[in-house]
Amino acid sequence: MKKLLTGDEAIARGAYEAGVRHAAAYPGTPSTEILENIAKYDEIYAEWAPNEKVAMESAIGASMAGARSMASMKHVGVNVAADPLMTFAYMGVNGGSVIVTADEPGMFSSQNEQDNRNYAKMGKFPMLEPANSQDCLDMVKAAYEMSEEYNVIFMIRMVTRVCHSKSLVEVGARKDVPVKTWAPDPMKYVALPAHSRILRVQIEDRTKRLAEASEKSPFNFAEINGTKIGVIASGASYFYAKEVFGEDASYLKLGFTNPLPANMIKDFCGKMDKVYIVEEDDPYIEEFCKTLGLEVHGKDTFPSYGEMTPDVLRKSLTGETLPEVQYDHDKVIKRPPTLCAGCPHRGLFYRLGKRKDIMISGDIGCYTLAAGAPYNAMNSTVCMGASISVGHGAQQVFNRAGVKRKVVTVLGDSTFFHTGVESLINTVYNNSNTINIILDNRITGMTGHQQNPGTGFTVKMEPSHIINIEELVKAIGIKHVKVIDPNDLKAVDAALDEFMDLDEPSVIITRWPCVLKKFSEADLEEWPGLFKTKDVVDTDKCIGCKKCQQTGCPALLFDKDAKKVHIDRANCVGCDVCAQVCPTKAIVKEEK
Amino acid sequence: MATKNILLTGVGGQGTILAAKMLTIGLMETGYDVKMSEIHGMSQRGGDVISQVRYSKETVYSPVIEKGTADIIVSFEKMEALRCLDYIKADGTVVVNSEEIPSMSVMTGAEEYAPDVIEEIQKTVKKVVVIDASKMAEDLGNVKAANVILLGALVKAMGLDDIDWETIIRNNVKEKFIDLNLKAFKVGMDTVK
Repeated sequence: MKKLLTGDEAIARGAYEAGVRHAAAYPGTPSTEILENIAKYDEIYAEWAPNEKVAMESAIGASMAGARSMASMKHVGVNVAADPLMTFAYMGVNGGSVIVTADEPGMFSSQNEQDNRNYAKMGKFPMLEPANSQDCLDMVKAAYEMSEEYNVIFMIRMVTRVCHSKSLVEVGARKDVPVKTWAPDPMKYVALPAHSRILRVQIEDRTKRLAEASEKSPFNFAEINGTKIGVIASGASYFYAKEVFGEDASYLKLGFTNPLPANMIKDFCGKMDKVYIVEEDDPYIEEFCKTLGLEVHGKDTFPSYGEMTPDVLRKSLTGETLPEVQYDHDKVIKRPPTLCAGCPHRGLFYRLGKRKDIMISGDIGCYTLAAGAPYNAMNSTVCMGASISVGHGAQQVFNRAGVKRKVVTVLGDSTFFHTGVESLINTVYNNSNTINIILDNRITGMTGHQQNPGTGFTVKMEPSHIINIEELVKAIGIKHVKVIDPNDLKAVDAALDEFMDLDEPSVIITRWPCVLKKFSEADLEEWPGLFKTKDVVDTDKCIGCKKCQQTGCPALLFDKDAKKVHIDRANCVGCDVCAQVCPTKAIVKEEK
Repeated sequence: MATKNILLTGVGGQGTILAAKMLTIGLMETGYDVKMSEIHGMSQRGGDVISQVRYSKETVYSPVIEKGTADIIVSFEKMEALRCLDYIKADGTVVVNSEEIPSMSVMTGAEEYAPDVIEEIQKTVKKVVVIDASKMAEDLGNVKAANVILLGALVKAMGLDDIDWETIIRNNVKEKFIDLNLKAFKVGMDTVK
């Protein structure tokens, strides 16, 4: 039966059909939907881990215990998971194991454009690169068979367009793969130097055998149409190239890309007058070709960054894109994403941005939008969990250099559980005095509402223990803790004022649910009547000063003719932040 | 046949993704090869959303449409049609909902929402269908049905009326909204001559 699936859905389906029993992940665009879809299969145990390293280790343990396992994550997540991954690649598997990396050429929602194919090369483990959804399903199934045959974890390298594009997939039945027997095997599972030195030597033989497998793999194939132009491509780039180079060019489509099939590539290049390499991110295949002494054209022709979509390839080859209609582009307004009406981050950042004697060390989440107007309330964002530790480093320098500047760090609940906890331990241990704000909106917001260790549910929506952030930070040793309603601007100011001059570290927890969240019973019990009211403008009192709009709420509209603000009733959820800002008290609760 | 290119665009929350989903199901069930690409950036309300659908009786390669090659643009908000207009073929069709949704920069007065967006589109492209889909949906009883009105217009404009859309709508919307959406689809079809 054929189904129209995204790449992420096809990876999940492939895991199901391959008999996978254990899957772990941390959400991250564009990989999130892999585990969300796996979780729909009763046959597969699935879990959100607090971070990618934990997800990887969970998958490693499951493999050791004899089950087929998967860890999935976005490209930067592999940085977090790299420590266990690199050593697991030495050890080999018991149950077959696969790591899926979702790379982001073009950086639609990521902080960098790293090419994770380099991890496969560095870690000496094999890798497959799907180009469409059918590839995703087929490659996952093949990866598990080969993972057990060659005794090594496989990487599947996706890109955004493969993850989020739909195409037709032939789906099949699940293969029942029994759990293998576990037995102690220190040589394999205990990574002592003495053991690893022996495994390191064995990897050379494994790599040779994998290179032979790559030469014979159905995922690497040539389509010979002519001998003038040959194109070597992997992943999504293969289909982009076919649009531009057309039916007269010949193609070598590479899907098994570590180790690369040297003989197949040499043979293909030998038949062609001119060879182009089309690949996204780094010149990974190109550099390999050059080590073989082949003359190929890659990054000398195509850009070193971004997606290799047909328009980009065409421009690189011919100097022109296809003809476009001409119109006045200046009429097009900007439409950047904004914090939602009722977003609990709004009140906090509105007040935080007013303070001039601080440095705000931010993190990764919806709240990174506070870096822009009208808040201008974030001075740095590096990676998940970095806010607290980057802020600590800066505070140490300010303190020792005699600079009077308080560092305020800000991160979300899920990001705190991800890697913020260790950073806060560092802050306490090293006698720092930063203010650390944890935005507890009761969900992982930006990636589309995934559960986390603080929400009370697993990925399968089974009830689970709620880790209480207040108790956790107190246990770490934070003595100054305040839990506040971030929509109460006076409470925000009071908490900041109280902690501003402390010589010890402090934590402010802003506790209010994400407005888009599906509220749990516990939420409704804690916040009765949540988001059930509306605010309204008394136009007689409104003086058109637009102060309320400085809170950045998308429910506030300015009527230029009347010089008054209006509240979009369909959008307003009655958070009252604008009402507290209005100098004439023109914004009031709508009467029922 | 040459691959057909459809671009749907709108503002987050307008229902573009559901409309694109029903469209692709209809095309797939009719035996076309179909590819669809969706980029919605940070999963956030208020940003622009684009769905690209390509279909053919033969193999479709790329899931993304090249600028200058869209057979039709269906825009759920008029400014978004203008933003994506460089995707349209010279003889392509633009179906545009006349609704105006200001962005944050407009609401704060940093930018002005041009009053002549529709006129700019009509100046640039010959075949333009302007629909007040939000108003029509409101008249049917629910403004949220605007997306299915636009789907109906798209189906008619692309000559895809032979597909059993009624069943697809029945299978993909909540039961209590089936009648509303069937009416909306019909209203949408009737907007295109």
